[in-house]
Amino acid sequence: MGTRGKLVEIDDLTKRFGPITAVDGISLAVERGELLGFLGPNGAGKSTTMKIVTGYLPPSAGRVTVCGFDVVEQPIEVKRRIGYLPEGAPAYGDMTPLGLLAFVADIRGLGGGVRRERLDEVIERLALGTVLRQPIETLSKGFKRRVGLAQAILMDPDVLILDEPTDGLDPNQKHEVRALLRDMAPGKAIVVSTHILEEVEAVCTRAVIIANGRIVADETPQALKARSALHNAVGLTLAAEAVARARALIEALPGIAGVETLNRVDGVAELRVLSAGGADILAPVREAVTGAGLAPGEIYVERGELDDVFRALTQRA
Amino acid sequence: MRNVLIIARRELAAYFTSPLAYVFIVIFLALSGGLTFFIGGFLERGQADLEAFFDFHPWLYLFLMPAVGMRLWAEERKAGTIEFLMTLPITTAQAVVGKFLAAWLFAGIALALTFPMWITVNYLGDPDNGVILAAYLGSWLMAGGFLALSACASALTRNQVVAFVIAAAAGFLFLMSGLEMVQAFFRAFAPEGVVRAIADFSFLANFEAIAQGVIDLRGLVFFASLIVVGLTVNTAIVELKKGA
Repeated sequence: MGTRGKLVEIDDLTKRFGPITAVDGISLAVERGELLGFLGPNGAGKSTTMKIVTGYLPPSAGRVTVCGFDVVEQPIEVKRRIGYLPEGAPAYGDMTPLGLLAFVADIRGLGGGVRRERLDEVIERLALGTVLRQPIETLSKGFKRRVGLAQAILMDPDVLILDEPTDGLDPNQKHEVRALLRDMAPGKAIVVSTHILEEVEAVCTRAVIIANGRIVADETPQALKARSALHNAVGLTLAAEAVARARALIEALPGIAGVETLNRVDGVAELRVLSAGGADILAPVREAVTGAGLAPGEIYVERGELDDVFRALTQRA
Repeated sequence: MRNVLIIARRELAAYFTSPLAYVFIVIFLALSGGLTFFIGGFLERGQADLEAFFDFHPWLYLFLMPAVGMRLWAEERKAGTIEFLMTLPITTAQAVVGKFLAAWLFAGIALALTFPMWITVNYLGDPDNGVILAAYLGSWLMAGGFLALSACASALTRNQVVAFVIAAAAGFLFLMSGLEMVQAFFRAFAPEGVVRAIADFSFLANFEAIAQGVIDLRGLVFFASLIVVGLTVNTAIVELKKGA
């Protein structure tokens, strides 16, 4: 396997559960060094796709290969190369974190001197030192998830498939886990499914949005944000009396997609000027308004939110 | 094979982290002892053998083995850990055999803890210990038969109680299939060959000779085959239920 290769290849994948088509012809490839964020509404098919890639569910149609091995024909080879954190981070409640990690180490053939090292490393990175000998069922949600993460990264696999890795973690822990993922990303292909859009921006090199079993977007988080209707919008506050005149002036400018009045409080109105095609309109708008003697209280540029791109793409589908 | 043992070890340890295991063992020992002495008339019989003891094993296993096997797969499904287990680099067959082994070993431990019976009969008389050993092994094999049924039942549902009921019902059918009452029922619509075949599946009939320490090949083959078939069916059920 070369250092630049497609570690995960999903080819026209379909999964049906009776009359329901959960995954509808998804094609996707993940290369080494990519940290892919898998986004989508609940029931979109994210977890189902992950369950097929990790060999838990068989596909109805299509093909999935991991590191060159077909998941249906050579499941053991595939499972050896994947570290997986399933949805909900299930774990044997009666086992202790140390016991679970030892079990995984045994099954995955981690022995000798390396075993102690890897265990220590993983325990330290996920800060499990204080709960090593407590039954997992007594741990908090955050600790349970960290145990799940620990067993996923134990063998330092080439491919990591993580279903909501920071769910239930407090902001500090989220930060730690994201840092961990970023550290590991260069040598691996990591797929992370998440609802947290800021996580995608913070961590992912690529974002794939899936809705109703189909991919509706596949780009970098920045490119995705730029798709937002709010990208490069200009917000300004004005005295309420000046609004009508300001609107007329602004709407006459080229490249304006529209003007919205966001609110009107204590005689001050807040306007939002939408840019057609996301072009930079700050200068023309500012000049138009100040040139007419209408001094805005505030004027600022909006970046665009992944939130509305997400909503626009997934509600339409 | 390595994987089978690792899984078996984990599962066996899991049995003992719950107080249920100890309760079960105590109940088994109390019941088997009580039945032997008070219903089986062990002392009244005046014979230096453990027939009175072994005679009750089929009936004890009928209710106790489903209790041992019901958690094998139902619990995994309920807790969601089945997804974790089946994405490890193991085959379904390895998981099935590993779990069965753990349950069977647990039953073996419970059975071994009845050794005071053995000491008692040796103290009171001069029994044929070879016969007793053979009967113990035969009983353990029959326990395996019940457990194979129970493991299948457990794989069918995520509810342990339902698994228990299905396993007990299946065990009951196998146990009673030799009785005239059951045969009469089948004779009404099945050819005599089928009726006799059903009678041959009877746990009671197959265990009878074994309980007396006779190395009855037919009985041993029956239970061993049942275990193999049961585990195969178990594997098929787990595979089929993926995605459910």
